Amino acid sequence: MSKTISFVLNGRQRSVQVDDPEMPLLYALRNDLGLHGPRFGCGLAQCGACTVHVEGKAVRSCTFPVAQAAGAKLLTLEGLGTPERPHALQKAFIEEQAVQCGYCINGMIMQAAAFLQANRRPTDSQIKEALADNLCRCGTHARIVRAVKRASESMA
Amino acid sequence: MLTDQISRRDFLKTSGALVVTYALAPKAANAAIDPNDLGPKTVAADRVDGFVAIDGKGVVTVYSGKVDLGTGTDTALTQIAAEELGVPMQRVKLVTGDTLLTPDQGPTFGSLTIQNGGVQIRQACATAREALLDRAAQKLGVSRSDLAVQDGWIRGNGKRVAYAELVGDRRLELKLDAKAPLKDPSAYTIVGKPVPRLDIPEKVTGRFTYMQDLKVKGMVHARVVRPPAMRATLENWSDAQCKQIPGYLGAVRKGSFLAVVAHDEWAAIKAASAIEARWSKWEGLPDKAKLWDHVRASRVAKDEVLQNAGDSAAALGAAPKLLKATYDFAVHTHGSIGPSCAVAEFKDGKLTAWSASQATHLLRKQVARMLDMSELNIRCLYVEGSGCYGRNGHEDAAADAALIAREVGRPVRVQWSRADEHGWDPKGPPTLIDYRGALDANGNVSAWESEAFIPERPGQIAVTLVAADLANLPKEASHPGNIHQGLAIPYAVPNIRASAHWLAETPFRPSWIRTPGRMQNSFGNECFLDELAAAAGADPFEYRVRNLKDPRGLELMERLRKLAAWTPRTAPAGDAGEIAKGRGVSYIKYELVRTYVGVVADVEVNRRTGKVRVERFFVAHDCGQIINPDGLRNQIDGNIIQTVSRTLIEDLQWNRSAVTSVDWQSYPILRFPEVPEIVIDLVDRPKERPWGAGEPTAAVVPSAIANAVYDAVGVRLRSVPFTPERVRAALKA
Repeated sequence: MSKTISFVLNGRQRSVQVDDPEMPLLYALRNDLGLHGPRFGCGLAQCGACTVHVEGKAVRSCTFPVAQAAGAKLLTLEGLGTPERPHALQKAFIEEQAVQCGYCINGMIMQAAAFLQANRRPTDSQIKEALADNLCRCGTHARIVRAVKRASESMA
Repeated sequence: MLTDQISRRDFLKTSGALVVTYALAPKAANAAIDPNDLGPKTVAADRVDGFVAIDGKGVVTVYSGKVDLGTGTDTALTQIAAEELGVPMQRVKLVTGDTLLTPDQGPTFGSLTIQNGGVQIRQACATAREALLDRAAQKLGVSRSDLAVQDGWIRGNGKRVAYAELVGDRRLELKLDAKAPLKDPSAYTIVGKPVPRLDIPEKVTGRFTYMQDLKVKGMVHARVVRPPAMRATLENWSDAQCKQIPGYLGAVRKGSFLAVVAHDEWAAIKAASAIEARWSKWEGLPDKAKLWDHVRASRVAKDEVLQNAGDSAAALGAAPKLLKATYDFAVHTHGSIGPSCAVAEFKDGKLTAWSASQATHLLRKQVARMLDMSELNIRCLYVEGSGCYGRNGHEDAAADAALIAREVGRPVRVQWSRADEHGWDPKGPPTLIDYRGALDANGNVSAWESEAFIPERPGQIAVTLVAADLANLPKEASHPGNIHQGLAIPYAVPNIRASAHWLAETPFRPSWIRTPGRMQNSFGNECFLDELAAAAGADPFEYRVRNLKDPRGLELMERLRKLAAWTPRTAPAGDAGEIAKGRGVSYIKYELVRTYVGVVADVEVNRRTGKVRVERFFVAHDCGQIINPDGLRNQIDGNIIQTVSRTLIEDLQWNRSAVTSVDWQSYPILRFPEVPEIVIDLVDRPKERPWGAGEPTAAVVPSAIANAVYDAVGVRLRSVPFTPERVRAALKA
């Protein structure tokens, strides 16, 4: 029996029909709602590629049951900003060219966005600690740290 | 053959939809010229129209067989084409890796995209420009020498004509002229500039379509059910439990290939774990604890001498000082952050397969063989996926999807799980090298011998498709083995013999992973040279330089010396504290014929825990003409960081049946707090030909770290990875 789950996604009221309320939120966002920001990386909450914000908190949507998102405010990379009106982090990632393949970048930006809410002027080592559970395979780390730093400075 | 339990007709009945609508991949759909309007487009690599088209609006479409694996080469190739044609970059569109449209320029590997692919495209663009200048001279009645190209216009004597007008909507039906004059690099305005990457704005805002995002109308989702032992056979199965899952469509079984199909992805994932399958036992993998004994005992298919000068055996016999060492390098997985994914569709006897394959032309050949089809009836299209560092699982996912799609008659998307990716991607094979070296009375290397034990690479360079293997379908007779380039050394040594024992077998499907062979070979070579330098009481930097004759290599090393502020050291620092610091150097002329890289690594070794921390890498890099210096720096960062990870941490785990390191906890990689600082000096040579940069820096990372560890604590690490346990053991020895 399918169930309707509603939430506010990137500022708009949305709902999805799901057969299984335990289905991770990631699949609802990617397949039912057609988003490309949150990415499937491991399905184990180990890499961070799927990170979205639920009520302002960075969560791993690959293990977050969609039912738990009912009534919540969700924010994804698409809601953070657009190429035309990028968020300070997105702008900084472009300016620092802090992307190789870019598959992990959703997680880097969403994790950093939540982190910068709590720490507006982080040091490099605080940024590295904040992103320690986000994996990048291409080796873009140095640029990512610079981009987060740049964003924090621009947001000050 | 269909599944045991569901016929094709039943399957379609269950799935409830018989009509499948064809959808083009986004890249092809956006191509400026619809090739179908003009009949089949040539994909010949000796034709200008194989590579370049200009439409009536002046939009240039470049067709590249080389694809962007997340390294920024789409931007670099666009720069090359725009520069050579004299058009703004915004007017250039790129179509890549589509077997219907792009020439076969070989797989995107070996640091050859710019060096070979870009150079071919540049020549095609130069040929086109010259031909258009001829046409313009005639049309305008202006002498050829009075004409100049700018922004897609040809101007001279106050007259002008646009490329678009000269070409119209026709094709550039020209033979590629290998001698067409190239633009003078001193006039470059696009090549050599740090042009921002074209894909980044979309990638940081969630607008980019990765392979994993691709949707084809009518598509269903499949998961392959992997055997618990790598070569187990499927004895029995039942999907009774799966039928409780809403959206479940059915299973496809062929030999030991078993897959579940569902309307939606989550149902497919659930079905893959709900299906019951009985597999035979198989325990054919070697005991990991005795891997190197296994490698030494493997059957040798062929012995080959790769470098030979003087008489190394005699020189070793006569030498007053003899050194011997063995270097080995662990089995590695690719570890792309996004597991492999592909979509395949059968329609009217034709197969279309979208994947992030680095080699769509080769994939087409392999799939044709597997499914007993003509290549002419298969189209493989590249859609960029998660970073690709070699032949990973993309081709396998494409074969999975093709095999399932043929059975179910609907477009099928196969997304590998993390465990599929870690467990089933082909691996960088275990590599073992024995060294013997001798010093003369002056401390110079008088003899050098190396013997590598590496899987052979007979015939075609293709990694067998997992689906063909499991389903017992036709497949390649051979595997790609490993690469011997880089075993030969760039130093002047009078007596030298570098040889390979090509092994007939290796435990896992072997594959190329970033810097295959050259990484393992350079690790041994540059560490063993360091051992000889230490035995001679020489500074390792000076020792390299004095045995180098190549002026370009020497210039590079002088720049590195300055960059790193190297100070001579002839013995380990002998620092007694818990944390010991050291620095090591390494050098390569890639494959002895191209890109030069020299690095200095600064490390800290914790004597108590055995943990090695790489603080800093200094890199001097000469790949000839630089197309995009910022893109190059990004690649060098990636080479360093990824290889620090491989060198310090990565080590595939397995039992006698299967890979057991199937996630990021059991196969960890480097994290942010461990990432070193990277200081780069780029040598730009605009007048030289451009060489590759995707791999060469990686080659020298393991040896530089090992040499720095020696400098810090006086022990030699000869086995990658340099885990704390190994470091502690070496310190105790």
